[in-house]
Amino acid sequence: MQRQINSINGIDWLTVILYALMVLMGWLNIYATVADEQNAGVFSLSQRYGKQLVWIVTAIGLAVLVCLLDPRFYSSFAYPVYVFCMFVLIAVLVVGKEVNGARSWFDIGSVRLQPSEFAKVAVSLALAKYLGNYSGKLMQFKNLILVGIIIFLPPVFIILQPDTGSSLVYLAFLIVLYREGLPQEILLFGLLTVVLFILSLLMQNVQAYLAGGLILLGFTVYYLKSRQIKNVLKGLGVFMLIFSILFTVNFLAEIGFDIHEILLGAALTASVIFVAYSIVRRLPNIRTIILFILCALVFTFSVDFVFTKMLGSHQQKRIQVMLGIESDPLGIEYNVDQSKIAIGSGGLTGKGYLQGTQVRGKFIPEQSTDFIFCTIGEEWGFAGTAVTVILFIVLLLRLVYIAERQRSVFGRVYSYCVVSILFFHYAINIGMTIDLVPVIGIPLPFFSYGGSSLWAFTVLLFIMLRLDASRNEYIR
Amino acid sequence: MILDTRRYVIGACIILVGLALLGRLFYLQVIDNSYKRSADNISQRPVTQYPARGLIFDRHGQQLVNNQAAYDLMVIPRNIQPFDTVELAGILGMSVGEIKETVGKLKQGRGKNYASYRPVLFLKQMSAETYAVLQERLYKYPGFFVHARTLRRYVHPIASHLLGYVAEVDSLDIKEDRYYRTGDYIGKSGVERFYETELRGKKGVNVYLVDVRNSIVGSFRGGELDTMSVVGSDLTLTVDAGLQEYAEHLMSKFIGAVVAIEPSTGEILAMVSAPDYDPSLLVGRVRSENFRKLENDPSKPLFDRSVMASYPPGSTFKVAQGLVALQQGSLTPDTYYGCAGGYHVGRFHMGCHHHPSPLNLVQAIGNSCNSYFANVFRNIVDNRQTGAARENYLQWRKYIMSFGFGKKLGIDLPQERIGNVPSAEYYDRKYFPTPASWKSLTLVSLSIGQGEMGSTVVQMANFASLIANGGYYYTPHLLKKINGRDTVPAQYAQRRYTEVDTSWFQFVREGMYLAVTGGTARGVAIAGIEMCGKTGTAQNPHGEDNSTFMAYAPRENPRIAVAVYIENAGFGATWAAPVASLMIEKYLTGKTNRPWLEDRMLNFNRYDNRAAAN
Repeated sequence: MQRQINSINGIDWLTVILYALMVLMGWLNIYATVADEQNAGVFSLSQRYGKQLVWIVTAIGLAVLVCLLDPRFYSSFAYPVYVFCMFVLIAVLVVGKEVNGARSWFDIGSVRLQPSEFAKVAVSLALAKYLGNYSGKLMQFKNLILVGIIIFLPPVFIILQPDTGSSLVYLAFLIVLYREGLPQEILLFGLLTVVLFILSLLMQNVQAYLAGGLILLGFTVYYLKSRQIKNVLKGLGVFMLIFSILFTVNFLAEIGFDIHEILLGAALTASVIFVAYSIVRRLPNIRTIILFILCALVFTFSVDFVFTKMLGSHQQKRIQVMLGIESDPLGIEYNVDQSKIAIGSGGLTGKGYLQGTQVRGKFIPEQSTDFIFCTIGEEWGFAGTAVTVILFIVLLLRLVYIAERQRSVFGRVYSYCVVSILFFHYAINIGMTIDLVPVIGIPLPFFSYGGSSLWAFTVLLFIMLRLDASRNEYIR
Repeated sequence: MILDTRRYVIGACIILVGLALLGRLFYLQVIDNSYKRSADNISQRPVTQYPARGLIFDRHGQQLVNNQAAYDLMVIPRNIQPFDTVELAGILGMSVGEIKETVGKLKQGRGKNYASYRPVLFLKQMSAETYAVLQERLYKYPGFFVHARTLRRYVHPIASHLLGYVAEVDSLDIKEDRYYRTGDYIGKSGVERFYETELRGKKGVNVYLVDVRNSIVGSFRGGELDTMSVVGSDLTLTVDAGLQEYAEHLMSKFIGAVVAIEPSTGEILAMVSAPDYDPSLLVGRVRSENFRKLENDPSKPLFDRSVMASYPPGSTFKVAQGLVALQQGSLTPDTYYGCAGGYHVGRFHMGCHHHPSPLNLVQAIGNSCNSYFANVFRNIVDNRQTGAARENYLQWRKYIMSFGFGKKLGIDLPQERIGNVPSAEYYDRKYFPTPASWKSLTLVSLSIGQGEMGSTVVQMANFASLIANGGYYYTPHLLKKINGRDTVPAQYAQRRYTEVDTSWFQFVREGMYLAVTGGTARGVAIAGIEMCGKTGTAQNPHGEDNSTFMAYAPRENPRIAVAVYIENAGFGATWAAPVASLMIEKYLTGKTNRPWLEDRMLNFNRYDNRAAAN
């Protein structure tokens, strides 16, 4: 009993207040989105604002429940919860209800639940549990593999639904891993991968330029590290020689390769020679650089394959539209256009509550769920959107602060999971409504209509607050 | 541990991403204004409220023009769904092919821009009957709706030229006046054009808020942007519908024009241009086809001969010569000139018909003596006391123009033209190598209203009117009341004197009385009505002489002045005079007692007449 009172006192009330503000703002905007002139009462369960009210009340109940449980429960039951969640994700593929082409939902009476939302909580608990037990040894091979499985097993099931948007959220766990010791190079490599992916789609003959550019970069890096100008000049000579030979042969024999292909061929041939040379002369620096170059080249070649074979046509389209390769005003671009028009027309102070013409005209698809930010933007203007963004920034920074004051690795890892998930959801959701990132259908935490996401985010957040409240106790 | 510092990297990322979002939002919402326009375009549907056009009445309150309902079938391309084209074709009286083609075109434009949200005209001006049938089945055709408009309806098939017609605005109209939008109607000629701003009223607009399916959600901002439409003003014209109809009837076989004016006010009682057309031909969907037909008709029925055609006034102009000469002093009422069957100077000959000789002014007007007025005109121009010939000509021209010739009178019709009183510079170029060699003989055909002299028929009628008044006129006009109130502009209520003293008018009045009682026009005297008139037979290089007559009656306190001009008919006394006489009788007594004279007018045949003359 004593402990529970301590727990309640230990709850981070600033976070609770921010949470409450966001949920309230979310509901007001859902009301504005759905309400029309012949609407029923505020509590009408036939309307989304009425239903959301029920979700909010039950979410508060859940939050209280989460806070009442012993913090050790979350640690102890992390794996069983994770396993249960995986079963549910498999079950939904079999017996789930198909909505908009994705089998992501369970119909339980009049309530519809989306297990992929709750899977984030399970992954966070399991990840915290695992890293808490093997503290500080993340970079061991076995640990990395297991962490990878814990994080990326759910998105595999979710992609199968198929719901790519929800599965992309799991990339956010990279932030947690970064905090827990993942080398920066790997994250940079990941970032470079994304840049290369986009470049490969945007540019013709990107491999040739890339090969040439990377070889020069490689020489530069090698020189900076070894200070051996002789080897650099030798290498450049070899590269130029191969290029000249290939060029001449191609020209004289009229084989018909174009200059890009010759450049690429020369780069590849030179690379092989350099690798052989580095092995013979025991120069590990060169080896690393060359291997990196070869990986990049292979990757750009594989982009086409990945893009056309592994992504669904609507995902291809979204990426193409986003990159400006294709125009599709009534398809994907229509959503983004309507969204930008709604937000952009809000001006500095907005059109006034319940006065949004675009919102009332239902021009934006999914405007009470994934595009709820449009309502804020149109009716409250920049004032409203800025307040929203700032609320999220404050919340996230507060959560980082809380995460860092945890004494247990379990608590810290779990807290960073919460930070990562919320950060990813908020940044991508708002980014897609204003055409900064491709449209992937994920909700804005605490704002968007929907019971599953509100429940999941509430549970996710309040477990963290519960752990924080008793951070002085030892939990593992 | 070094990993602890990574919290700052994560914190910095959170702040940077937040700032990026804020920056982008600030740009979208505060700096870039294009989204506000897009939002307005998409979410507002302004629906124009077209007011009914003002009605037009004659001077006795009889309706001349009112409105009829017409129904435009509109469609929102985006909302079209597959429908039974055969049935719609049947209702609208179109072919299935036409419908498919139109729908295909509309659908092609779909998706290109937001215009596909906007209503487009599908079929204009359906009849009330078609509308009644369509309305019951409209629910079967999603995207289609009906927009009620009003069209003109002419109660009587008369007064086409003075009323003018209404048609859709063209690009020029829109450019000139930003009030108009494509598809609006505008008065194109006649009174409809001149009083367009009064008749059209004021369009209103209701701005509705529409949703993504383009159906109306409610009024935009609670009707803040809405404006009421204002019904057009009703016009009462000075025209006497009965007299107008009778005049058109009499003129039905002629090419020419008739204008009748009430001298005491300048109000136009009737204004005919023959041939004319039924104004109903230029209403509705048949308009463009009929317009093309009328335009291609060689007798040019669209040409308003009453105010646009410049005719040589012929002998009616002699009255003007007499007045100028009296004023200038080169003539007295007692000046006699002889006539030997014509005017002969050297090799110059101007013929005259048989009449007693010598004559004074009154007799010369009564008998329309060419020689007399040749002398009068030459004396005006050659009057050494007043100056050289050129100065005298300029003086003469000034007098003539003070009678209303050679300039726009300012009648309330957009199509009015000026006629022609040749300038001195014109003759400088044409006849005289140097201004010093001006000779009256060269210009002498002006004396009998021939040569370069050109007058519109309304100018002739106005001249008759000012003689009737004894020396002044009111600008002829068609507007009597706006919305039943006498709000006639001041320029129409102003008495305008000529450069000739009123005291000289009694002599020409007497001459014109003589013409009817014992001169050239004695054949058209009306029993019981003292009429004054002057015949004219204007030579026409292109064929038979033009027949003209101007008159007013009664002799004291005249109530009507008329000018009649008939192309290629022959003697003024034979054709133009009877028309004027019958009109005067009809107007003053309400009936006519000379059916034989009417019959003669109605049995005129241009082609027979030409053959007989030859």
